[in-house]
Amino acid sequence: ENADPRRTAFLLHKQWTLYSVTPLYRFSNTRLRDYARLLSAFIAAEKQKGLAVEIGVELDIKVAVSSLPDLKGSDQDQAAILVQLSLRSPASSKNSEEKLIWLGWFCCVSGDDLSENVPEDFTCLPLFLANGAESYTSIVGSWFQKTFDCCFRRLAISPLNLSWMAAMWTGCKVDKTTSAMELVFSVPCLPQPLDISYAIHPEDAKALWDTVQKTPGEITQEEVDVFMDCLYSHFHRHFKIHLSATKLVKVSTAIASAHCDGIIKFLQSQYLTGVLMLLTELAISQIQ
Amino acid sequence: HLATSLPLPSERDHLRPRIDLIAFMIDIKSKYSLKNVEASLAHVDASFFLGKVCFLVTGVGRVNYCSVEMNAIWKLGEVYCSPVLFCELELEGIRVATAQRLLRMLQICAGHVPGVSALSFGSLMRNSADD
Repeated sequence: ENADPRRTAFLLHKQWTLYSVTPLYRFSNTRLRDYARLLSAFIAAEKQKGLAVEIGVELDIKVAVSSLPDLKGSDQDQAAILVQLSLRSPASSKNSEEKLIWLGWFCCVSGDDLSENVPEDFTCLPLFLANGAESYTSIVGSWFQKTFDCCFRRLAISPLNLSWMAAMWTGCKVDKTTSAMELVFSVPCLPQPLDISYAIHPEDAKALWDTVQKTPGEITQEEVDVFMDCLYSHFHRHFKIHLSATKLVKVSTAIASAHCDGIIKFLQSQYLTGVLMLLTELAISQIQ
Repeated sequence: HLATSLPLPSERDHLRPRIDLIAFMIDIKSKYSLKNVEASLAHVDASFFLGKVCFLVTGVGRVNYCSVEMNAIWKLGEVYCSPVLFCELELEGIRVATAQRLLRMLQICAGHVPGVSALSFGSLMRNSADD
């Protein structure tokens, strides 16, 4: 809540692919510049091996590793670590513009469950978010895995967890009237894939959630079930389709949007930490 | 005999053999299947719940497709005093093993296994699940 929204604004409105990361061995907050240099050398070496992304033009990739102290839940949390890959055009001088080509950051928001149970030399940063070409994510991931003996895994979000997000985010207060709440369902067992998109006016959704939620600030599984069942029965009344027999694959609200393949977009800086807390929890349960 | 929901159509009542075991299938990927089972349970005579009912939860291989909360299923097993079995139909080995288990349970429920009644077997299964 104390995060300066301007400093984290660059994290909004971007599509982030989520990973869970096991604790990093002998990672130090004070050696970030060393890590940047080592990672840069690694990327150059990978390029030599022919695993480069682009062909032809000599690419000079600059690596920056920094800390984002604002993204924390509790004091026990490790400060988030940001890795930036930028492209420096070869024909220009040192002070020329650098184009940001890839962003990745590790974070831990209220990850006490994990950090409390981990031996001393380990740093807990269970959530990793990447934006940019998959090939760079793979190279950066390999370097971290080799250097800190950790393991990256794509974080999938189950329909159950997506419905929690739908309910939680609907309840959040937003300043101005924003986009509709959208739920996307994938219909199973069909010869051709079929997706159903269900859009709900945000005020209607909030009004429904307000009648369901008993204690402000607390959400129970039962309340989430009732909320979703109401939406499903409303849909069934109109279209005679049982959405409960399909798979919820995407939830979009004014706060954020999440896809079951582990893709997230943050839309409100006010709720950034809140969403990260939920994602940290999912990452931790995938690790354990 | 396979049915998508209960009650069974009454027209064929007189042709139907005695029912020894009812296995309710819940697909963990479909909330609808849970609701369907809950609605169908209301049509089952109370005597069946003395060891002649079990819940078969399918689709458990893929945690990321989970649309049904596990607690709801455990609660169902508790409320109806019936065992909960898990399987993954897409894997042949597990499918075959589960079928064999159900067949064994059916033999007991039909009274073909001397010395073991449906009720005693049912409570044995529930007690071992608690452990």
